[in-house]
Parts: sequence; structure tokens; C-alpha cells
Amino acid sequence: MSTDIAEAAPPAGRRRRFSQLSRNDKLVLLVMVGVPAFLHIVLVWIPAILTGVLSFMEWDNVTPISSAEFVGFRNYWQIFTIFDNQLFPALFNNMVLIVWLFLCSAVGIGLAYLLDKNLKGTRFYQSTYYFPVVLSVAVVGFIWKSVMFGRETGLLNLIWPGEPIDFVGDQTKIFEIQFPFLDFPLGLSRNFAALLLAMAWRHIGYIMVLYLAGLKSFDPSLREAASIDGCTEWQTFRRVVFPGLKPINVVVAVITVIEALRAYDIVAALSEPRGTEVMGTLVTNSLTGEGGGRVGIGSAYGMVLFLLCIGFIIWYVVNNFREHES
Amino acid sequence: MSGNYESSPSPSEVGFSLVSRRTLLAGAAAVGGAVVLAACGDEGSEGTSGGTETTAAGGGGGDTGEVTFGSNYSDEKPKAAMQAALDATGLSVKVNTVDHNTYQEQFNTYIQQPDDVVCWFAGYRMRAFAGKGVVGDISDVWEGLGDMSEGFKNASTGLDGKQYFVPFYFYPWAIHYRKSLFEEKGYEVPTTWDDLLALCEKMKADGITPFSAANDGGWPQMGMFDMINLRTNGYDFHVSLMGGKESWTDDKVKQVFTNWSTILDYYQPDVNGRTWQDAATALGNKETGMYLLGTFVTSNFDPATDPAAQEIIDDIDFFAFPEIDPAHGQDAVEAPIDGFMMAKSPKNDAGARALLGAMGAAASIDAYLAVDPSSVAANSAAKTDGYSALQKKSAELVGSAKYIAQFLDRDTDPDFAAKVVGKALQDFLADPTSIDTVLATVEEQKQTYTFE
Repeated sequence: MSTDIAEAAPPAGRRRRFSQLSRNDKLVLLVMVGVPAFLHIVLVWIPAILTGVLSFMEWDNVTPISSAEFVGFRNYWQIFTIFDNQLFPALFNNMVLIVWLFLCSAVGIGLAYLLDKNLKGTRFYQSTYYFPVVLSVAVVGFIWKSVMFGRETGLLNLIWPGEPIDFVGDQTKIFEIQFPFLDFPLGLSRNFAALLLAMAWRHIGYIMVLYLAGLKSFDPSLREAASIDGCTEWQTFRRVVFPGLKPINVVVAVITVIEALRAYDIVAALSEPRGTEVMGTLVTNSLTGEGGGRVGIGSAYGMVLFLLCIGFIIWYVVNNFREHES
Repeated sequence: MSGNYESSPSPSEVGFSLVSRRTLLAGAAAVGGAVVLAACGDEGSEGTSGGTETTAAGGGGGDTGEVTFGSNYSDEKPKAAMQAALDATGLSVKVNTVDHNTYQEQFNTYIQQPDDVVCWFAGYRMRAFAGKGVVGDISDVWEGLGDMSEGFKNASTGLDGKQYFVPFYFYPWAIHYRKSLFEEKGYEVPTTWDDLLALCEKMKADGITPFSAANDGGWPQMGMFDMINLRTNGYDFHVSLMGGKESWTDDKVKQVFTNWSTILDYYQPDVNGRTWQDAATALGNKETGMYLLGTFVTSNFDPATDPAAQEIIDDIDFFAFPEIDPAHGQDAVEAPIDGFMMAKSPKNDAGARALLGAMGAAASIDAYLAVDPSSVAANSAAKTDGYSALQKKSAELVGSAKYIAQFLDRDTDPDFAAKVVGKALQDFLADPTSIDTVLATVEEQKQTYTFE
């Protein structure tokens, strides 16, 4: 008897597993997981790893790759010491952007919360705020450069009563911080501040729509319960709605950080005057175009950006998994 | 968005404004005709090439079979003009046209598997590839190019003294002004630095800003650096500095910036943010008196949209940058040149050389200019009757120059030009007193470039 059971049990178990995933299911799973994973590895990870390898080499992008020379950490040494007047301002600008875009996200969330109250003309405001998002960031850059910022013809200078302001070219710093490891101060230049305005114009609308979608799906009974319990408007938002929308908050945070780190097109559209460099422009300038003969240096910039990004990505993934566990 | 150049524009991207509405129409008609012709030409040349192959197979073995030609003349009008020029050579050519932006960006990759003959630029942009050994030596072709001036030959020569390039056409950089303003106020064209400073002072007294100045994109002010350096230290020093052989902290370089500082007071304020178009508009409005830029400055004024534009175009003239050091006089001029190079090992070597020789001759540039008259031929024997006054003057200015510089971002490693010197000039213009730190940084960063 016991042997019978022993013999019968394992096949039963195996059969159960078989019945859970049919041959068809397996195939579908393989295709659905395998194909994206394959593409992801081929298109994202292999290039990323190759970039890492290239960052330790010197190659002019003209002669065959076999002529590339291994130079150890020389490229990194160069960007951190000799090109420090390009790398550190860029890193600083990216950090400023993270802070700034978080502020913009807060404004976007605030607008979304107001619009969710079904004010008169909600749809009008909604589409007005969302309008800039429809445009590519590069186009936003061109619009602001020619229509808003122009020194002689820009709208902002036409309504400004004093001396015309050179929004795009003025690299004077608004504030400066002296770091002990640098022989020049880092700071927010005026033209980058102007650029921040243009980015806010777009980012606020983007976050607003994202958050509005979250608010629409928020259970209204929770809000009613809060008001019955005597919560003020602010308390309702702070203690009930905001924590309740945690998944959306994480998405907003991740998008904000990614937007800040990958900032490139709007700076490029303003033809990257001194003072506005970001990591993205340093990478592309070294790798593309006719001057793209410094693959090693460009890759080293890329790896610095990559390491910054991966920190946030790990945080996001860990956060996501924790949620699934609880 | 057109007109936003990331580096100084190539002659093929910018041209001269045409003389009058009549030529404009004639030009348009010519384009229309040429497009039709080109369309026929395409079929025709395919047919011919088939024929040539048959001949070759038949044992005739003419030394010029089909030549492949990599072209960045992708816009309609230059494309038709280039086809006309190629047809004028009488050779069988297979054209491979690529969008000009893509062509330039991909050139590094493309030149490894190129067509037999490729379109490219003179100066360091050619020398860099010649130095890497990816383009062919065509010194023998130059023996047949008697109508090219010494300046053009120098601009086509690699660092090893051999020729690698055949010039086709160019545009010069010079100081532009409005003739009517100079007449009205009794200004005279300055030929020396002191004259220039005196003229600036006079203009200032008359309430005119002496210099239109732009630097959006980081390249327009490179022209001012080049000209002051060429006049102060001469062409040889300039080339050697561009080639990374001189120190940027040298007193000679500092002298350039000292000279520059004296005319900065006469600049429009806030140089770094202004586009070259806005600065050109100020010149057109007579708010400013002079403007150092390529002759493409006239393309800012479009008679099709602005009735006053034609008058401005006709009123614009230019003069060569004044002499600073009598030892160098006004012997150098800055003029980016477009032309052709040969692949290192073309499939049809004899054909490629024949084509390069023919493209350097007057007949092909004449055919080109008949369709697209907005350029100035490098060949001194080319027909000039279709030229506007400005084009004639450009031809004289450059044809008589002993030395032709290409422009800073064409005369040195493009990466060094844009990322090191371009940034340094922006820093200098923002704060002229910072020049010592700025030059020290340039010198430090220069060390990381090899300048092959």
C-alpha cells in the first residue's frame, strides 16, 4: 500500500504541474518573456557593457576597432581632472534639475488635485496645462529660444521694462558654491535658470495629467470618511489621498528623476551655451557628429551617467518588490 | 529651424543671395529644367554605364569605366546642379546621394567603405582623414589643375605635402557693411587696425553700435579669433596653433585676446546668446555698422517675404579684415571650401582620378553654377558673368589671397574646436578679464588631443 502511494504520488504531482502550464501556455510564456528579455539584453545590456569596455579604451571612431588601445582609467582621470570644468558643472546642473523637477512635480500634483474638484472650466485648464506635453522637448526648446527668450525680439524682453536680458547666453551665476576639490565654484547660471522655466512649462502638465488619472481612480468613500471624521482639506490630502496613491507617487518620482538625468534635447535645442551643459550633451558631443572621434571619453561620461541612473533604478525596483511582498 | 548650425555652415549649406528677381526666376526655371534633365540623366547614365560595361566586356577596356560618387548634395537644387556638373565631365558616374546632415555625421563610418570619389571639406577636416590614411593621394591630378590659385592648393594639401582634395567652390568671411550707411555718414573702409578703431569711435559718436556680434552655437565668434590671429601672428602661426603645435598660453596668443578686448567695447552687448540672424537683422536696420561673418549674411534677408530685403541685399558690401601687423598685411583670408576626395583604394582608380581632374576644371563648375548660381567657383577660369557684385568681389578676394584658412572648426580637430576652444571663447566673451585662466584651461585640455 505504502509503496503504491509512494509510486502514485510523484506522477500525480508532476501531472498537476503539467496541468497548470500546458504546452501552449509554456510557448506563450516563452515568447512573451523570452522575446522582450532577448531584445532587452541585445539592445540595452550588451551596448551598455560595450560602452563600459570602450570607456577604458581610446578609439577615434575612424580607423578599424582593432586599432583601439586599452588605456585603463585614463579617460576617467581626464574627465575628472582635465575636463573638470565640463563634467562638474554638468553634474551640478543635473542635480539642480532633480531638485527643480521635484518642485515642478509638486506643483503638478497640486494642480491635479484642484482640477479633480471639478471646477468650472476644468477641461479647458486641463488641456491648456497639458498642451506643452504634446510637443517634443526639442520643439519646446526651439519655441522658447526664438519666441520667448530672444534678446531683441523675444516676448519676455518685449514686456520687460528694463534693459533687455540675454536669457540664452548669460552664464553669470545666480549663486555659487565652492567645493574643496575644485578650483572653481559651481553654481546655477542665469541661462540654465531660464532653461528651467521652459522645462517646468512642460513637466508640470505632464505630472498633472499622470496624477489626475490616479485621482480619478481614488475611492471617493475614503475621502468622504475623512471629511466626516473632521479632516481639513490639507489633512485629507496629506493623510488619506497622498498615501493612498503610493503607486502613482512612485511612478511620478521615477519619471521626475529620469527626466532630470536624461535631460538633453532642450539643452541641445538651445545650442548648449556655456553654463547649460548637462551629462546628456557631454556624452553625445563626444560620440556623434564629425567631432565624434573621442569614443573613450564619451563612453566614460556615459558610464558616469549610467552609474547615477542605476542607483535610482535599484531603488525603484526594490521599492516595487517590497510592495508585491506586502 | 533651418539656419541653426551646430558648427560653421558649409558652403553647400549656405549660398549667396541672388542678384535680382529676374535671375531668381531664371534660376528657378533652370532648376525646373535641370530636374527634368537630371531625371533623364539618371536613366541615361545607367544606360551608359551598362553600355560601358558591355564595351569593357567586349575587350575595349577603356580606362574610365563607371565611377561611383558619394554626394551630400541632397537638396533639390544643389542635387540637380551637381548632376549637371557630373554630366559635364562626360564620364560615366553612379551617384549615391545621402542627406547632407546624415552624410556629415556618418562620415567617420562611411569613409571606411566609401564610393570612389566623395564630397568633403578642405583644411583639417580633410587633413585628419589624410593623416589616418583613409583617403587617396591625388597629387598627380593636381598637375592638371593649373587654374587653381596657390591658396587653394595649400588648402588641399595634407601635412605630408601631398594633395588629397580638389576644391569646387567656397564662400569667404569678411567684414560686411551697408554701403548707403557709409556714404551717408562719410565713413571710409578701414585698411589698418588704427583706422578700424577710429571708425568704431566715429560710429559710436553717431549713435551706431560699431559691430554686430553673435555667438549662438559657439561658432560665429571663432571667425573673429581667426582673423585677429591671422593678422597679428600670421598664417603659419595660425596653422601651427590649430595643429596643436603651439602653446595657448604663449604671449602671441594672449596678444590676440588683448587686441580683441580693444574692439569688444564696440560690440553689441550680450554676444553669447545672440543668433547670427539677429545680428544680421541689426546690420540690415543700420543699428550696427559692421559685421564679421561669412557672405551667407545676405541669406538672412528674404525678398520673397520682405519687400525691403532686396534693397538691403543690394546695399551690403564687404571689406577684408584690416591689417594689424604690417609683416602679415592682409595676406590671409578665411574661406571654407567644399570639394572632393578620393577613396584610399577606389574600385576604379583611373576613373576616379579622371573624374577628380574633370571636376576641378572650369567646365564642371560652370555647369554647376548655371543651375545653382549661389556659390563662387574655386577655379579661376570659371565663367563669372552670372555673378553678383558680391560674388565677383569674393572671387577676387580669395583668388588673390596668398593663404586661405578654412575656419576654426574646420582647421583643427572638430572636437577640440567645439568643446575646448568654443567654450573658452564663450568664457572670454562673458568675462574678458578671465583670459589667463581660460587660456590655461585650453592648454591643459589640448594635451589630451593627438592632432593627427
